[in-house]
Amino acid sequence: MAIFSVYAVNKSGGFIYQYDNYVHRAEAEKTFRYPLDCVLKIHDEKVVVSFGQRDGIRVGNALLSINGLDVNGKFTADGKEIIEYLKDSTNYPLSILFGRARLSSNEKLMPASMFHSLFAIGSQLSPEVGSTGIEMLETDMFKRHCFQTLTGIKLIVLTDPRQSGIDELLRKIYEIYSDFALKNPFYSLAMPIRSPGC
Amino acid sequence: MSRQSNRTTDSKKMNAELFTLTYGALVTQLCKDYENDEEVNKQLDKMGYNIGVRLIEDFLARSSVGRCQDFRETADVIAKVAFKMYLGITPSVTNWSPAGDEFSLILESNPLVDFVELPDNHSSLVYSNLLCGVLRGALEMVQMAVEVKFSQDTLRGDNVTEIRMKFIKRMEENLPAGDE
Repeated sequence: MAIFSVYAVNKSGGFIYQYDNYVHRAEAEKTFRYPLDCVLKIHDEKVVVSFGQRDGIRVGNALLSINGLDVNGKFTADGKEIIEYLKDSTNYPLSILFGRARLSSNEKLMPASMFHSLFAIGSQLSPEVGSTGIEMLETDMFKRHCFQTLTGIKLIVLTDPRQSGIDELLRKIYEIYSDFALKNPFYSLAMPIRSPGC
Repeated sequence: MSRQSNRTTDSKKMNAELFTLTYGALVTQLCKDYENDEEVNKQLDKMGYNIGVRLIEDFLARSSVGRCQDFRETADVIAKVAFKMYLGITPSVTNWSPAGDEFSLILESNPLVDFVELPDNHSSLVYSNLLCGVLRGALEMVQMAVEVKFSQDTLRGDNVTEIRMKFIKRMEENLPAGDE
């Protein structure tokens, strides 16, 4: 699982494409009895843990499913409001899956656009004249590589920190982009790429 | 659909014939539809422009040419790399203007016009105008505004085909971050 995600951002900072390839590792399922000892709150249309961290359930984890059924925002799979549902003692015992909230595509749009701005600022902050923008951002959990083409498209790849050969990967992705996206005459340039399976 | 970088010359020749036929069918259909040479020229230029904005990405991805420092370098890259890659011909770069912002590409042969003869009623048709659009569109995507036109055309009786390219300006507003 060395490559975590691939993103493409167009010249004006708009999000064109994203592909994710990581397994959510931080998930914990537990069976609960009434009353629930985690304090939950609604945040960004999701139910998240605000207090009561224990046993692999951490503050900030979102409620992903109840009794095996995936929740839908702040409603259960059959449309009941989760907070109300959890206050009713007749529904217990039940098993709840907590984990890191999966980002919707709208939510991914924001970091991508923000990176575009950071990239521009990065090139201006540089002490050297004529340097390009941010090429690589390294953290302890991942590395973020960015390749900007002469036409302004940014290809961003998130990988494992130990992964090598990313420059070639970025070039290859650029070739593939120029083939599949551009050679399709019905694809308008700088529009989001819709691909089955993404 | 995998691309092999070294195709045999045989298959390349076959593709060229089909390409010539396709282009010919396109131009004749446009002539039938618009019935006006100027309008056809404009349409060919527009189509070329749409091809150019996509072709540039393909070109950059495949040739890994960096940003050109000046217009002369651009001319060289266009003539020696781009034309060679896509049309299999290498035009020569000549007739530089004193200011260095205009030059001519002399094409000895033009694969688009193999076996084509312009009839008299289409005397103002610029048959290969698609190429002008392609060059204009491609350079616009790398922030260079240019004007491209044919100044000589073998179809009109000249000896060679000459494309005149004039540099208008650098488009600073679209510059990607980091290039000055």
